[in-house]
Amino acid sequence: MAYALQQLINGVALGMIYGLIAVGYTMVYGIIGMINFAHGDIFMVGAFVALITIVLLLSGGIMEGPGAIMLVLLVSMCVTALYGWTVERVAYRPLRGSFRLAPLISAIGMSIVLQNYVQVAQGARVKPLEPIVPGGFTVMTEGTFVVQVSWMQLVIVLVTLAVLAVFTWLVTRTALGRSMRACEQDRRMAQLLGINTDRVISITFVIGAALASVAGMMYLLRYGVIDFYIGFLAGVKAFTAAVLGGIGSLPGAVLGGLLIGLIETFWSAYFSVAYKDVATFAILAIVLIFMPTGLLGRAEVEKV
Amino acid sequence: MTMLHLDNVTAGYGAVQALKGVSIEVHPGEIVTLIGANGAGKSTLLMTLCGDPRARSGRISFEGRDITQMPTHEIMQLGLAQAPEGRRIFPRMTVRENLLIGAQVAGHDPAPELERVFAIFPRLHERQAQRGGTLSGGEQQMLAIGRALMSRPRLLLLDEPSLGLAPLIVRMIFDTIRRLNQEEGLTVLLVEQNANQALRLAHRGYVLVTGQITMAGTGAELLARPEVREAYLGGH
Repeated sequence: MAYALQQLINGVALGMIYGLIAVGYTMVYGIIGMINFAHGDIFMVGAFVALITIVLLLSGGIMEGPGAIMLVLLVSMCVTALYGWTVERVAYRPLRGSFRLAPLISAIGMSIVLQNYVQVAQGARVKPLEPIVPGGFTVMTEGTFVVQVSWMQLVIVLVTLAVLAVFTWLVTRTALGRSMRACEQDRRMAQLLGINTDRVISITFVIGAALASVAGMMYLLRYGVIDFYIGFLAGVKAFTAAVLGGIGSLPGAVLGGLLIGLIETFWSAYFSVAYKDVATFAILAIVLIFMPTGLLGRAEVEKV
Repeated sequence: MTMLHLDNVTAGYGAVQALKGVSIEVHPGEIVTLIGANGAGKSTLLMTLCGDPRARSGRISFEGRDITQMPTHEIMQLGLAQAPEGRRIFPRMTVRENLLIGAQVAGHDPAPELERVFAIFPRLHERQAQRGGTLSGGEQQMLAIGRALMSRPRLLLLDEPSLGLAPLIVRMIFDTIRRLNQEEGLTVLLVEQNANQALRLAHRGYVLVTGQITMAGTGAELLARPEVREAYLGGH
């Protein structure tokens, strides 16, 4: 019981990170119908920007308290958003109106470019970071087993919920959100209403990258080690989460992220750590075969 | 002065040349109708003047400005709005959101516009919280016109508003167009297959046959022409 509770806590914290990345996949898919395979690497760039900012603040001796974490978050979001914007601008926009596979191939290329760029610029070795938010509190004790919530896990959950709340408000309540949904549902009509759809698509990439950078920073703080390659696995898992939740559905992405986090954690706890990725990707295969629209997705209606 | 001027415009999709040198004019305060059979190029003409697809040759101007090469969203910011073929309601947005997005381009406070559209189409007011995709055909047409009106356009482009609707609703929509024209001076370019009603409503009309204008005149003149009666009014 206590063991399971501990896994639940770990799984939710991990799932939040996947959920944040998955939102970026699902948003871009919804609006331009492509899978942005470079998105995982945007997450990785976010983690690196956070790391660099933290190291700078540490060397300045001002890496203290929640204010500093907010500052790192803000810097990471802004810089990573710029990367997201650039990727769309140079690699996808010129291919709009080209055949369907073209931006997909371009995305894979962009993923390789980002990985190699970070590898060259930051070195290939694993980058460690001492715990910024150490400690935690005990939820319950059962025999010798102590159920712990680390402060970091709490930070991850709270920051993610806050970011998702702002994001949900943006999409459902603002004029920008309306424009984004209009582009998603009928881009040509959105243009006929005077909406600059290229700009809306750019903003979508910017927001997706900002969310991924939050995930990148949380990953860095939670695990304390990153390298240029973390984006691949995290990206594919978040993509699985997006598919599980129903690609194109924003609540689905968060739900899928949580489920993947929980499945991975529980599988590691009760079966085998070595096979946890197999479990995740088995789910991707099963969902694609038996439930291609995912949990909250809609059946794709062919537009005329 | 001419409000909208198409001068020898050609356009099409891929290898298909849908418009083969079309010239039409719309003056402020007019209702102009463009009638023609299915596939004559009527919808292409409305879309081409909105920049999608782009005209291959010729010149399009709105209120004296050359808009031939302008991107669609910039054209639509100049004061024209379209209720397009198939209505193209955003199905997963509420009626209210569908209307609000129509006002976004204008940038002004949408509240008075919303009230005005609700006054014109009280049905939309009743359904404002409902998703666009759940409306009936007639309601969707009202919503498409209402959405176009939200930006307070000077020129309203309507693509077959009567298509697939019950006669009673068609009459109601045509009455609304007439009223908007008479009371507010709204200029309307109306594309229709329903030639009889469209020509009765319009001040002037053009007949489009396979991408070319074959006849032009006032509504009454065209109604009286035997060729028009034979080709477009036979079944009505």
